[in-house]
Parts: sequence; structure tokens; C-alpha cells
Amino acid sequence: MDKKASLASRIGPALLPLCGIVLLIIINIIGDLLRDPSPGIFGPGAFLHIEWRAGVGLIGAVIDILNHSSKIIILALGMSIVIATRGIDLSVGSIMAVAGAIAATLTVSGMPALAAIGIALAASIACGVWNGALVAGLRLQPFVATLVLMVAGRGIAQMITDGQVVTFQDPLLAYLGNGRPAWLPLPMPLLIALALLAMTALVTRRTAIGMLIEVVGDNPRAARLSGVRAGTIIAGAYAFSGLCAGVAGLIAASNIKAADPHHAGLMLELSAIFAVVVGGGSLSGGRFSLLGAALGGVLMQTLTATMYARNVSAEVAPLPVAMIILLVCIAGSPAAREWWRSRRRGVPV
Amino acid sequence: MDEQPPILEARGVIVEYPGVRALDRVDFDLRAGEVHAIMGENGAGKSTLINVLSGAVRPAAGTLRLGGDAKWHSSPREAEQAGISTVRQEVDLIPTLSVGENVCLCRQPGRWGGFGGIDHRAIRRRADAALQRLGLRIDARVVLGELPIALQQMVAIARALDIQSRVLILDEPTSSLDADETRRLFEIVRRLRGEGLGIIFISHFIEQVYGLADRITVLRNGRNVGTWPAAELSRSRLVEAMTGRNIEQARARQVERDRAATQREVALSVDGVGRRRVLAPTSFDVARGEALGFAGLLGSGRSELARLVFGAIHPDHGRISMQGRAIDGGVRASIAAGMAFTPDDRREALALDLSVRENIILAMQASRGALRSLPRSKQREIANHYIRSLNIRTSDAESPVRTLSGGNQQKVVLARWLAMQPRVLILDEPARGVDIGARAEIESLIASLRRDGVAIVLISSEVDELARVCDRVLVLRDRAPAGMVEDVSETAILARIAGRDENAEERDG
Repeated sequence: MDKKASLASRIGPALLPLCGIVLLIIINIIGDLLRDPSPGIFGPGAFLHIEWRAGVGLIGAVIDILNHSSKIIILALGMSIVIATRGIDLSVGSIMAVAGAIAATLTVSGMPALAAIGIALAASIACGVWNGALVAGLRLQPFVATLVLMVAGRGIAQMITDGQVVTFQDPLLAYLGNGRPAWLPLPMPLLIALALLAMTALVTRRTAIGMLIEVVGDNPRAARLSGVRAGTIIAGAYAFSGLCAGVAGLIAASNIKAADPHHAGLMLELSAIFAVVVGGGSLSGGRFSLLGAALGGVLMQTLTATMYARNVSAEVAPLPVAMIILLVCIAGSPAAREWWRSRRRGVPV
Repeated sequence: MDEQPPILEARGVIVEYPGVRALDRVDFDLRAGEVHAIMGENGAGKSTLINVLSGAVRPAAGTLRLGGDAKWHSSPREAEQAGISTVRQEVDLIPTLSVGENVCLCRQPGRWGGFGGIDHRAIRRRADAALQRLGLRIDARVVLGELPIALQQMVAIARALDIQSRVLILDEPTSSLDADETRRLFEIVRRLRGEGLGIIFISHFIEQVYGLADRITVLRNGRNVGTWPAAELSRSRLVEAMTGRNIEQARARQVERDRAATQREVALSVDGVGRRRVLAPTSFDVARGEALGFAGLLGSGRSELARLVFGAIHPDHGRISMQGRAIDGGVRASIAAGMAFTPDDRREALALDLSVRENIILAMQASRGALRSLPRSKQREIANHYIRSLNIRTSDAESPVRTLSGGNQQKVVLARWLAMQPRVLILDEPARGVDIGARAEIESLIASLRRDGVAIVLISSEVDELARVCDRVLVLRDRAPAGMVEDVSETAILARIAGRDENAEERDG
């Protein structure tokens, strides 16, 4: 009973983004069929067509979407932990730029890629610790505290690359964003995102960390009075978010084999926040759902992909995207939930 | 006398929440010009009934007749427009706005149909009129947050009455007021009764109910046990009706005070602990199995002393030790040494959206550290044990604490600390906002903990509670110790608090 109930409370928040994704897929299928009904639903050229190509692995539109959504998924994991502590991390996009800039510059200067990656990730964690110190130590409001690094981060990234876009040829660094392991026929970014999701879920739910994060977010004073190290947990959340941003930044740089301090991760903090919120995370802290946040990330990417597939020009694409976001938010709003519940029970409101 | 038709009449009200029937065919009526008290233990359904009458909750069945029209109000606003005004337990005003703005909140008179901005002069005029009706002399321009809680409460009533009200609901209006403030509030209530308002009054304080109410309705487990004229209902019958228990048993338990003079073994010793601008240096000790009280007026420093000892406020001088070992590492060190503390405001202690189970095991888990998770089966076992032994009313251990009534939430906080098996338990106002039944349960719990050798520190603003429970009482006045009452009685404590004591000069510390 207890197990079932708690499982339901973890899966529940994931239903909303899932519905959104299914809705978009249906839109795409219908759109494709109207244009050219010959491939059917799963045939070659159809939206849901997935094919095995020797030497490459699984390919298809769906795989592409999942692959491209991995950066948002990874950011959303860190973001959902931060939001669960009543915080917010606006600096993740800038940290992505910093991580990419460090890794690219160091490999170009001749350092082995593994060491460069390690240093880039360490720097990302340091950025997160900086945010955490401002929030937990100085008790700055998270919005303001992370705004500092959001602005400063791009400056730091440009300082590192000297204001240039740094291209690199290092095969290992390029593999992160473009490769596919021989033994698993899926793109690396997607595998990294799934691995991070599994690890984060395991660490937060197998230990008491998840519950303590939720207590700190729900009522920080109660947490402190019960002996919870609230400051450590909050600082840890930002450090983890920094790490996630670093990983996403490496993937972003690897994708284009270049570190672009101006554009890497631009506006992605907002996508990550939306992914968390649509996945059931409340900005006032408390309960979080990693699966919900991850599916929220997939929903964001599916939206973008749908705009391309439906030939919506880049200039007007934000409008339909915003409309669909609005629709999903309305469906998940407390008012809508209330309405559903009352209908199911048949009690007049 | 009965010929007068009721202005408000509810019949057969049923309210159901998942797994619980909060109200079961409850009838209730209210006449013009009467104060009608609703009494009952926590979870008896008082709040639910208030919510139904004030339009906040829609019942599954039942009828409501208000004056001529018979219909349920679908929102508090609609109920307000129909003439039912509610003043809730927690003052739900906005502390950063002025008194006048609060009185007119949501009904700001606008210029040119609201497009010309807010008409501040009209606000002042209306607020002044509303305050005058209650005989209050408050400048409507003062920022609300700067007023004492008692006045804020009266502003809340002024706000509720700004419209043409026929029914006024007062939900625990006196829970944060002292005796003097309560008297002023009652004058206002009587004045409104004289104007012909029907007033529904909810309070845990029996004396206040008898001092004010014309009729009393008792709820128990969601049912209406009965309605009596206050003059015809004795106090012991009232308590019996509320608890369903015989009062003699309860009294016997209260009287049970085993002061077996065993060997005194100091559990906690506090030496000159204080902090600038918070509390002058204070010393005391508590022995195993002893109950020490902290008495004093609100703001005397009694809660601050508890927090300094527990490490929630960092003391800037003094020494705290348990069994010879000094403790100065904040809350975590105090907990590790075997101290436990329940704050006076339970909302400060609970994560309301988390489950009963998670709230109960919280301190235990925190002391183990985040990485060593308490196994789920063990968590459930502990939670269920305390739900049973403390008689916590909840549908199961996984319900969010938010769904529990106040007294049961308080028991969840207690369970959290009992699970730690503390050596010293500091309770700040454990009985605040808790009904007599739960109060008796808490007192008997204290007695049994003492038998097990736990040292108790009890902070209370109710002197009779201190006199009943404690062996010694430390009195605080104006953020400084004002002496220890060794021979505990209500008069001795009160004399110390008032400073009338002949030995008032010899202060501790």
C-alpha cells in the first residue's frame, strides 16, 4: 500500500509532460500523413520510423529528438534539485559556456582531453559552489545570487577564449556529443543523460538525501530545528546543478566541435526551469520528480522539433511554442486538477 | 424565547474527505443577537463546519438557510456578500499595508470606476467608520505590522464587518491574546451582539466560552452531540460531551503527581547562558525525571531561553552541559547529546506537504546523516508505532501532515522527538491551540516520560498548567530571570511574574 502510494506520487508528475509529448507526436503523424500518406505511420520517412543502420545503430526522427533533448534533460536534473530546495539557478546556461570554453581551449593548447574534461567539470562544480555559498552562506535570494553568475559567466567564458569561437579537433571531446558506442547503438548525449538520470534517482532515493532536500524546501526552519544540515544540502544542490550544467556544456561544445562563449546554452536555463515545472516541481520547493523533469525536457525538444518538421519559420516559431507551453500549464494547473477530481467523484463544485 | 426564528440554519450537513467523514449529518442554527459557541476536540469537525458556513468548503449533502434564501455559498466572497463574515484563527491580513488598506482590502474604493487609482481618502473614511463601530482608536494610516497582535485581531474584525454582516464567525480569536486583550475583544463582541448580529464563537478556553456564550454546541467525531443554553450546561458535562470520557478519570490523571523524592541526578545544567539584546545571563538545572517550568508574560524571554539552550539561537556567553560534558555546537550537538525541542508554533516544526511518516523519522534520519538511510520497513514501523501509541488521527502514515488537525500535528512533532529517546525534552507551549482531550494526553505523556527518567522543560503561558505539571518554575520578566519558584502554586507563580514577591530583589544569575 505504502509502496504503491509512494510510487504513484513519483510517477504521477511525469504524466503531464508525457501527455504533451504524445499530443505533439500525433500532430506530427497527422501532418506527415496529410502531406504524403504513402509511408504510413511507421514506414520509411514517417515521423515514428526507426531504422537500424549497420555501423551506426538506431536512427530516426524520434532518436534525434531524444538526442537533442539530452542537454535540457541534464540541466533539468540539477534544476529540479535546486528548485526542490526553494531555489532557482539562472546561471546554468552561462556555466555551460564556461565549461565548453575551458575544455576547448585546454585541448587546443595540447592538454589530453580527459584532463581538460576533468578541469572543465571541476570548474563547473566550483561555479555551483559559488552560487551555493551566496544562497546558503550569505542568504541571498537565489534569483539574485545566480543572476550574478548568469551575467558574469559569459564574461568569464569570453575571457578564456579571448572573445573568439574556439574550434577543436580532439577526437575524444568530439565523441562526447557525436559518437555512438559500438556496444550500444544510441547517441552518446542520450546515454549520458540517461545515466545521469539513473544515478541521480538512485542517489537521492536510495539514501535519505532526497527526503532531506524535500524537507529543506518544504520548511527550512523545521529542517534546521530537527538537526538537518540545511546549509550543506542547499549548497550541495547548487554544486550538483553546476556539475550538470558543465556536462551539458561539454556536450554542446562537442556537438559543433567548437566552444562558442556567446551562444552556448543561451536561454537554456529557462527551458530547464520550464521542464522542471511542467514535470511537477513546485517553485515554492518541496517534492520533486526527476522523471517528470526529464520528460519535461523531452517535451521542450519535441516542441522545437515539431516547429522544424511543420516548416514553421524560425521567426514565428516562438509563438506556437508559447501557446503549447500555455496549454500544458493550464492542464497541469491546480484549478484544472480540482476540476478533474470533482468530475471523477461526481460531486458538484 | 425560542419563538425567534434563526437567522442561519444548517441541516444534515455532510462533508467527506478521502477516508474520513469530517461532518456527519450535523444540524446547527444561530439566532440574531446571540453568541453561539462551538466546542469540540481537535478533529471534531469545528473547522470544517466553519468552512462550510463561510463558503470555503462545499458539503456533500445538507441545506443552509440564511435569512430568506436557502442555498450554499460557493465561495467565501459570496458568503461575505450574503452577510456571513469570518475572522480566522491566523490573522490573514497583510502586515506591510496600512490599517485602512487592510480594512478595505479587495473592496478599495476606486476613483472613476477603479481606473483613477485608489481613493486613499475614501479608504481612510471607511476604515475610520469601521474602527469606530468597534470603539477602537487606531490611526488608519499606521502600518498594520507595527500593531500588537491583539489590535491586528481587532482590525481583522473591523475588516470583516466593513460590509453589512448578519453573521460573524470568530475562529479562535483569543488564542494569541492575553487576559486584558481578551477582555477588550469580548467587550466588542458583546457590543456587536447588542446590535443584533449572530455570532459564532470558537475557542478552546472553557472559561471564555462560559463568559461570553449564550448557547453551546458540542461536536465530537464529526457529529453534533447537542446544543445547550450555556447556563444549563455544567463544565463537567461539557467536558464529558466533548471527550466522551468521564471527567473524574481525567482529573485523577491530572492529580497523579509522583514526587517520589528519588536521588537527584542532574540531566541538564545551564550556567549564565544569555545573549545581548535577547536574554540576560540565566542559570538553572533540571534533574532526571523532573519537570521544570518556564513562566512569564509573552516577550519575557521564556521562548528565547529555550532556544538558547537548544542551540537554535547562539548564546554569546554561558555554559550548557549534560552529564558533565559541555555542549556548544548548535542544534545538532544538542540533539546528539540527547536534547529535544518542540517550538511554540508547530508550523515551524513541520514539513506540511511531507507525510506523517517522513515528519516522524526526520530527526532520527538527520542524526544518522543523509547517506545512511533508515530502511523503509523500519520507518513504517516507527511511524505506525507512534500513530498508535500517541493516538494520532490520520488515515495512514503516508498522508501529508497538512491534512491533520492541529492537535494531531502537534503529536507528530512529539513523536519525532520521542523516537530519539531524548534525555531532556523541552516543550514550548505544547498545548497551544490544542483541545482538552489532547491536552490531557500530553500531560499524561509527560508524566510517563518522567517515570522513565526524562527531564522535562515546559514553557507555558497558562499558569494552572505549570502548577499542575511542574516541580519547580523559573520565572522570567523583561528578558531576564526573575527567580525560581520552588514551592509551586498558581499564586506563587503569578506573584513572581507580577514582581509583587517580597523576595523579588534576589534574582538568580
